[in-house]
Amino acid sequence: MLAFNFFGATEGGLFDINATLPLMAIQVVALTYILNSLFFKPVGNVVEKREKFVSNNIIEAKNKLSEVKKLEADLLTQLQSARKEAQRIVSEAENESDKLYKEALELANNEANASKEKVRLEIESQTSDARDQLSKQADDLSELIVNRLILEK
Amino acid sequence: MFFNSLLTNFAALEVGQHLYWQIGNIRLHGQVFLTSWILLGALLVFISLGTKKMENDPKGLQNLLEFLWDYIRDLARTQIGEKVYRDWMPFIGTLFLFVFVSNWGGALIPWRLIKLPSGELGAPTADINTTIALALLVSLSYFYAGLSNKGWRYFEYYVHPTPIMLPFKILEDFTKPLSLSFRLFGNILADELVVGVLVFLVPLILPIPVMFLGLFTSAIQALIFATLAAYYIGEAVEEHH
Repeated sequence: MLAFNFFGATEGGLFDINATLPLMAIQVVALTYILNSLFFKPVGNVVEKREKFVSNNIIEAKNKLSEVKKLEADLLTQLQSARKEAQRIVSEAENESDKLYKEALELANNEANASKEKVRLEIESQTSDARDQLSKQADDLSELIVNRLILEK
Repeated sequence: MFFNSLLTNFAALEVGQHLYWQIGNIRLHGQVFLTSWILLGALLVFISLGTKKMENDPKGLQNLLEFLWDYIRDLARTQIGEKVYRDWMPFIGTLFLFVFVSNWGGALIPWRLIKLPSGELGAPTADINTTIALALLVSLSYFYAGLSNKGWRYFEYYVHPTPIMLPFKILEDFTKPLSLSFRLFGNILADELVVGVLVFLVPLILPIPVMFLGLFTSAIQALIFATLAAYYIGEAVEEHH
């Protein structure tokens, strides 16, 4: 009824194995070589060349990035040391000027004190001179008065 | 009357009928070669069109071919290993492409419209000769891969964890090609038969989901065949120490 002719037939059947098998094998082997030269090799070359190109570029970019970072760090340390140096110079100059100012102030004070003292001494001596003279004149005057009084008697 | 015509129609579903070519003393299944030549011709035309102008910035077909190449490389590399996958990638790729093109070509092209004196055109992989040929090639390949990579040390594989494994490993050498060939053959033939029977019974709409399922099966079978072939080769070249 149905044409399902599975086993046992000398002619036909699902499991009819004949020279188709080795010829198909040869055909597949030939196809492997054809596809290798037509497809796998050329496409592989292009893809692998591109992969190499991309990975090389990535490595190069990474190297450049690390170099940039190193330079940046270098610059930062340089900047910091320059800042410190500047601070040091400024504070040194401030100290110096402070010292000079103090010295000048002291000198001026001393001078002023010295001249004040001198003047005071002078005033004192003049005052005592004047007092001596005054008391001497008073003595003279009193003697004169005494003499006159004695003479009139 | 109707029943009779149904039966004759049913009988027209030809299974196990072949178009015989006689060359000298040998007989061939002509329909297998006819479809495989048409499909492989199409594949080669497609590939030569895609690789005609290879550029660093891929365009059009080259994109598709590069995707395919990458897919096959990943398959070969994961199964065979970094060391020798390059040698076997063309073989694994050819197996994948051949099985895939055969399966899909058999399912997508309405071969039934071409009348042959005997038998009918269909997927080349629905013929047991094709699948056994592919499976035996895989067997030869993994033997060759193992022997060429490890020399006589390849046979350590047979006693690898313990010598108790020896009979099972020897048995495996027979079951591997058997399962490879029959899995592919059975799946593709069954798919063709199911679609054929359904088309006879319900010519409209109902066969369509089954046809989609068939396309899915076809693609999966191609992947399974290539993956297993690569796995067997990888197993043969693997160093156990």
